[in-house]
Order: sequence, then C-alpha cells, then structure tokens
Amino acid sequence: MSDECASGGSTADANVDAPEEASATEADGGLSAYTVRLELVDEPGELLRALEPISANGGNLLSIHHERGNITPRGHIPVEVDLECAPGRFDGIVDALRDAGINVIQAGPERFGEELTVLLVGHLVETDLSDTLSTISRDENASVLDLSLTAPDGMEDVSSARIRLAVDSGNAESVLENLRALADGKGLRLVEPLTGGEA
Amino acid sequence: MQLAILGAGAVGTSVADLASEYGHEIVGLADSSTAAVANTGGEIDVPGALERKAGDEPLGEASLEAVFETDYDVLIEATPTTLGEAEPGFGHCKRALEADRHVVLANKGPVAERYDELRDLERASAGSVRFEAAVGGAIPVLSTIEDCTPQAVTAVRGVLNGTANFILTRMAAEGLDYEHVLAEAQDLGVAEADPTFDVDGTDAALKGVILANVLADGGFSLADADVTGIQDIPPSALELAAEDGQTIRLVGEATRDGIRVGPRLVPENGAMAVSGTQNIVQIETRHAGDLYSSGRGAGGPETATAVLSDVGRLP
Repeated sequence: MSDECASGGSTADANVDAPEEASATEADGGLSAYTVRLELVDEPGELLRALEPISANGGNLLSIHHERGNITPRGHIPVEVDLECAPGRFDGIVDALRDAGINVIQAGPERFGEELTVLLVGHLVETDLSDTLSTISRDENASVLDLSLTAPDGMEDVSSARIRLAVDSGNAESVLENLRALADGKGLRLVEPLTGGEA
Repeated sequence: MQLAILGAGAVGTSVADLASEYGHEIVGLADSSTAAVANTGGEIDVPGALERKAGDEPLGEASLEAVFETDYDVLIEATPTTLGEAEPGFGHCKRALEADRHVVLANKGPVAERYDELRDLERASAGSVRFEAAVGGAIPVLSTIEDCTPQAVTAVRGVLNGTANFILTRMAAEGLDYEHVLAEAQDLGVAEADPTFDVDGTDAALKGVILANVLADGGFSLADADVTGIQDIPPSALELAAEDGQTIRLVGEATRDGIRVGPRLVPENGAMAVSGTQNIVQIETRHAGDLYSSGRGAGGPETATAVLSDVGRLP
C-alpha cells in the first residue's frame, strides 16, 4: 500500500490493480473528461444506483443532466453524466455500470454538455408551443432542460419564453441553426446568446 | 492643416468649433445650400458662421462648389449618411482624392456601401482616407484595429447604437413597452423624429459593414449584413432574461465572413451590457485576447474628436 502511494503518485484509491498503468497515466497529465449517456428505469433510487459505480471506480462526477421531460418510447429516462477520470479507468467505469445492470447508451470522451439559453418571442401558444419544444428535442444534439414562459397579455397575445438547453459539445452552432429555422418557420423571434470572445 | 468641412450638422459644426484647439484652420464650411469659404491664405470666420447656422441663416454667400476651389489639405465629409450610391458623400470624396487631397469621413455611407471604389480612388491619389468617426463616435475603434493590425483581429462585436441601447435599458429597468420608451427617448432628444435606422438595426449594421471591410480589406456592403432590429422585443422578454442574470442588447458582429446585427442575450453585469446611450466595442484578437473600449458613440463634439484625431494621423 505504501509502495503503491510512492510509485503511483497521489492516488488515494486502494483498488489500483495495475500500478504501472497508473503511473503512466500520471505522467500523461492526469484526468480526461468523458460523457456517458444512460437510460434509467423510472423508479426511486435509480439515479443514485447509476452514479455509484462511477465514483467507486475512480470517476469524478462533473455534471448530470437528468432529462425527466424527455422520456424514451420505452418509458426510460435519459441521463447524461459528465465525469473526469484517468484515461485508463474509463473502460472500467463503463463495465461497472453495465455489470450493475445500467443501460449505457453511449460512452465516449469529450462529449461534454454545454448549456445554451435562448429566448423565443411571439405567438408561442398559437404556434403550438409543445410542437415547438418537441421539434427542438428532436435535434439529437440538444435537449430541453427547462422552460419559463410569460404571457402578460394573455395566451392569445405575444408571449416570451426562456429555454435552457443542454447541447453536445461543439454542436451549439448547429443547434442554433435549427432553432433559427424553427423560429423562422413559425414567425417567432429568436434571441440568441452572444458567444465568442472570452466573455 | 487647412480643413474644408462638408456638412454643417452637429458633427460638422463641432469640427469647425474645435479645429483651432488642434492647430488646424477652416478654409470652407458648407451645408446643403450655402457655404462660407476663405480667401486665399486666410480662414473663415468660424464663430460668425456657427452663429449664422444656429440662427438658421445662410452660412455664407458661396455655394458648396466653391469649397473645392479653396486651398484645403483635408476634406471633412460630414454630410448625412445615405445608402445605396452613398451620394453626394461619395462624389465629394472622389473629387477630393482626384485632386490629391486627404479625406476624413464621419459619413458612414461611402465606407459602408462603396468601400472598394473608395480604396481604388485612394490608391490612385496622393491623398489618403480615414474614417474613425464613422464607427463608435468618440471611441477609438478603427485606430485600435489598425494598431493591432487587422490580420490579428478575428472579430469585432459591439453595442453600436446609443438610441437602441437607451430604449432597451429603459425597457428593462422600468418594465415599459417599446412604444412608450421610444416616445420618451424622442422627448429627451435621444431618438430622432424618425428613429427607423436606429431601431431596425440599419445604423449598427452600417458600422458592422465598415468594420468587416476593414478586417477583410473590403468586399462588403449593407446588402451583405444580416440585420434584425429591436422593435418586437416585449418587456416580458427582458424580464425573462433578467431572471436568468442576463439582458438583451442590440449587438453588431463583424468578421471576415460577414456582418450580423440583432438583439442578443448578454450577461446583465458583463462588459457588453452598457447602459443608456453608451456604446462598447469588443475587439477579439488572435494573440492578445479581447480588448474592450466604451464611451459615447454619438454626439457632435464626441464625433468631432474622432474626426480631428484622424486628421492628426494623416501622413
């Protein structure tokens, strides 16, 4: 144990079964970011059960998108988990998830979820808001995290919605393009976030 | 330097008023109907001309034509911005350059709509063209890009219209609707009687086009810009933005690939969320991160300051 700490660097995890791999990873610069996409059964405790194998196998949880509003045709709830771990450990985490009976849909490096907030303004209700939302969700790179709607002059008049989306890393521009087309088609005004620069 | 000023609005008269502080002489000042011109070797009576202008009297006995006959070194083109052919501003610049004189513009039209032709005329002339005052009023935008070199600048984004920014700021602060705040802005003199170009994004787009032309060394006109105004932004949209720590600003964005102007979400306490009639410009550079400059984007003395700084930069 004390030998391992000396050779493997700062790891406090007792389950290092391949010390030479661990030290190679350490020399490599440490942690990489990964995303796993899971489908959970809609039962209490499922989310916790899915997260345990990740932390137990050396993964550090970064963020969790629990898409309750986006239930799959089989009645499962998609969950996207961003984590970081030493590159050598990622396969072990995925195996542990599968061993625990968790349905892993997709697993890979750097499919980090970005968040994107936009406003939609116009006759949101008359242009079928639920259709608008399901159109957005059909974009494989985006899922709706939440929506706030205000219609100060009644549902028949102009209303505004703030929509927060989880977007796959590097795909924000394509998601925005789809949103522009959707807004154009329905005569809605899309207010996009200002991106670019460091701000 | 001997300056001839075309256009006797807020900018033209302010240039005339401040020129002596910068060590320059005014040899001609013209509005659309008359002109005051100096005799050879002399300069015009600036206070007299400004007084006549303020009293709605003719500036002088000469015509605009006579200004071109004076012994001017620099033509200050400060006539109202026009779209399309950008006349008569473009014609004025052409005449001065063909006579090997320098041109400093406050007028956005020629540099937004006919940039390439203007640069061709400049190449064939001993005079040069500068137009700092056309973008961001008093804020040194083009000279900053010039100092960084345009190749090292990847994008320029900014709040480039004070009227639209005043309206959005007031709407967000008071929860008032667009029409109400516009009327208030007109009462305060912040918005013109016809505010169309300010609120529909045209004015910001012209500035964006000029910036894109500087970055890409030409190729753009207003027709290439993707422009959306602020007229249909309801107070409820600003409220939703504020709940999320954000607000809406009319942002112009210029890159080598094009120009985009439209209402955008920006962090409420971020640099881009300047308030009232303030403008801000973000210059995104290849090697030095982002540079920000903010200040007054319009106004007579403010814009005249940019004009006179340009005169000082002439070779």
